[in-house]
Amino acid sequence: MFNRRKFLETAAFFTGSAATQTLLPAWARSGAANDMTGLKALSGTEFHLRAAHTPVSIDGRPGRAVAINGQLPAPLLRWREGDELTLHLTNSLDEDTSIHWHGILLPPEMDGVPGVSFPGVRPGETFTYRFPVKQAGTYWYHSHSGLQEQAGHYGPIVIEPKGADPVAYDRDYVIVLSDWTFANPDHVFAKLKKNSESYNFQKRTLVDFFRDVDEDGLDAAFSNRAMWGAMRMSPTDIADVTGETYTYLINGHGPGDNWTGLFNPGERVRLRIINASAMTIFNLRFPELPMTVVQADGLNVKPVETDEIQVGVAETYDVVIQPREDKAYTLMAESIDRSGYARATFAPREGMSAPVPPLRERPTLTMRDMAMAGHAGHDMNMSGGMKNDSDDGMSMDHGDMNHEGMDHGDMDHDGMAGDMSGHSMDAGGETALQEHNHPTGVGVDMVAEVPSRRLDEPGLGLENAGHRVLTYSQLAALDMNPDMRAPEREMELHLTGNMHRYMWSFDGRKFSEVDGPIVFNEGERLRLTLVNDTMMSHPIHLHGMFFDVVTDPSSHFKPRKHTIIVKPGEKVSVDVTADAVGDWAFHCHLLYHMAAGMMRVVSVHPRDAMMEHDNHDMHDMHKSHGERS
Amino acid sequence: MKWLSLLATSSLLAAPAAAQTIPSNSEMREHTREHHGGLTLGYVEGERLEYRSNEGDPVFLWDAQGWYGGDINKLWVKTEGEYDFKADEFEEAEVQALWSRAIGGFFDAQAGLRHDFAPGGDRTFAVVGLQGLTPYLFEVDSALFVSDDGDVSARIEAEYELLITQRLILQPRTELNFEFQDVPEYGLGSGLSTAEVGARLRYEIKREFAPYIGVSWERALGDTADFARADGEDPGGVSFLAGVRIWF
Repeated sequence: MFNRRKFLETAAFFTGSAATQTLLPAWARSGAANDMTGLKALSGTEFHLRAAHTPVSIDGRPGRAVAINGQLPAPLLRWREGDELTLHLTNSLDEDTSIHWHGILLPPEMDGVPGVSFPGVRPGETFTYRFPVKQAGTYWYHSHSGLQEQAGHYGPIVIEPKGADPVAYDRDYVIVLSDWTFANPDHVFAKLKKNSESYNFQKRTLVDFFRDVDEDGLDAAFSNRAMWGAMRMSPTDIADVTGETYTYLINGHGPGDNWTGLFNPGERVRLRIINASAMTIFNLRFPELPMTVVQADGLNVKPVETDEIQVGVAETYDVVIQPREDKAYTLMAESIDRSGYARATFAPREGMSAPVPPLRERPTLTMRDMAMAGHAGHDMNMSGGMKNDSDDGMSMDHGDMNHEGMDHGDMDHDGMAGDMSGHSMDAGGETALQEHNHPTGVGVDMVAEVPSRRLDEPGLGLENAGHRVLTYSQLAALDMNPDMRAPEREMELHLTGNMHRYMWSFDGRKFSEVDGPIVFNEGERLRLTLVNDTMMSHPIHLHGMFFDVVTDPSSHFKPRKHTIIVKPGEKVSVDVTADAVGDWAFHCHLLYHMAAGMMRVVSVHPRDAMMEHDNHDMHDMHKSHGERS
Repeated sequence: MKWLSLLATSSLLAAPAAAQTIPSNSEMREHTREHHGGLTLGYVEGERLEYRSNEGDPVFLWDAQGWYGGDINKLWVKTEGEYDFKADEFEEAEVQALWSRAIGGFFDAQAGLRHDFAPGGDRTFAVVGLQGLTPYLFEVDSALFVSDDGDVSARIEAEYELLITQRLILQPRTELNFEFQDVPEYGLGSGLSTAEVGARLRYEIKREFAPYIGVSWERALGDTADFARADGEDPGGVSFLAGVRIWF
């Protein structure tokens, strides 16, 4: 492995004007002329953080952020595994604030969710967080108060491992993806509640209709629209908030500001990618470079090379790239609905840039996403068969690399019920109709009749990417899972919503409507199965405990994640070890979905209390025995 | 016993004061829950604010509604009417105040009062209605009215949105009015009394602000048409119109 520091110095020496920035670590430098919003790092064991309204400049336009220490994103916090930390959060806002340490394992009262784990921080007050660092990797932190996350209250965390880092790299950069709006986040939310399609300017029009008539015939084009119309749904409902109001940022820089990271040709550059967006799932790629994924959600994974990654809100991925040529490379981060993008440049010198590829056509939802019985075959005929295209595209363009993906592709039709013609049903499983033991009233506009297992599918809209796309089933933990017990208990939870009314919930009940927490019992190994009854991809996050994603039930190297995208119409299982006693937030990490009600409290009951509760009768019996003798 | 109750009273008095400074865990949880799904909101929409040619007898028409409430229960106010420029008077003017309750994924049931200031003398109605989005994406607003004289009538409005481009939208609209009896003093005959069919082509400069042009064909039918003719009025006609649709 190269000496990292030496390379930094060399880079600074060779890069002229960058020499003025040598006080900044490599990840914080940018080629942008006025780097007012560049990242700065704080390290050590005691940190002073102040939340305040702060003027910022986004692509040259002035805005007002809720920022930490005057920075957007908030300062990079560099911690070391094993350290005891003291972090002071001072609130200089005129409203309550908080910091939640996303993905960090800590005592519940330090987790920073107002009303769940602590009271929040009042204006003018300082709250001190104290906890030991028990893990290493890339994480992030953000406000859990109101809609402050949307306004800039987020920042990266990098924790240096105690032992040797299994990842070899010459330099590393943090890539914080986010979505910025000049509008007041409360107005954005209200606008969604009043007219949920306010931000969608990629609906299907007459022009699309005539194109479809041309391609698929009048009958097909018409019945496809009739089908969607009958359900009162839109196949273009990919993202609720779009590029219409968002400027997509990398490290606080808009596409025009072009954040730039420097490298020397041939170096291995580690990128710590954090999606700190409020609402935007990104598709991330280097048009001219493969990426090797080495870490997901802070935990090391067996290296896997890919060309594109769908990064859900709150997910993190560490990748290593090795640009060999003396030229600039574009990092392209398209929003999932292709209404905009963030980009950065990696170059050997400042002031360079590479072509920015045009936005690809926005995807449309298919009946597979709706998980409707009896419609899957329909869809294949009418919209050209998304899944088929995907398989064909992959095998033709990248046949050599993608045999694995192809095989998976052929197998994963298990969710498409018997009416699916011509596809093997060997994977079995979800052909039966899904049960729905939850309310389906006003807040639930549809249920997944035949949800499918989709861990081995690329994210929404990337089926036809024409190159390798990371799937969850390609991820495997580098270290053996800490708990390899089979689950003792299964729990099913449905992701529910009504897009038209912009209501979002779990099991048909908004957080404001539920009367108690979801109860886990200390020490138990639990299989949580999530069924997505909606048409949207939801990044689901549990505080305090990791999900062991059940890609393969027999594997002891299940990828462990704090946040997982549940695709439309998907049924996904994760195993959880309930080892963190206390109350924890559990929610969709799309900010306005959470605000609309897609949140719960998971309460891990201590074993003693559980025994008392569950074995109440037995205790009484023992007691009476005791009294008698 | 007396000092016990005194103690209880004083602690009861003390409790709310303490709660204001340091909320209890359950109060905090309540507050947090309320902020995740319990939003109360207000909405105002001027759906049709337009000038109508009305065959040489131009009128200004307004059709607006607004609500305040949560996801399930709302106070819903609707108003519509026509102002005749030549006669310098309101041809029609009505206001409805309704309690609206979501009864399904796409429909609200509504009940309340309607008051007409014109035409003629004031009239008040009891209203029950159903408003929402039908399969195949028709926006429908339907209501049954019972006047203070016991006259029963009904109205149904339906709209559809056809996107020519992302911002250029053609909206066909129809409105049918039914009378369940003759109401001669208001020129209404039993049966389908009036029908209107029209289309508006709007351009959404912003989603919230869209000027439009359109055409509307309106006609009194059956006995209602006869009443109109007897009054020397034309029972039907075509209007060209221009207006604006706004919401916030």
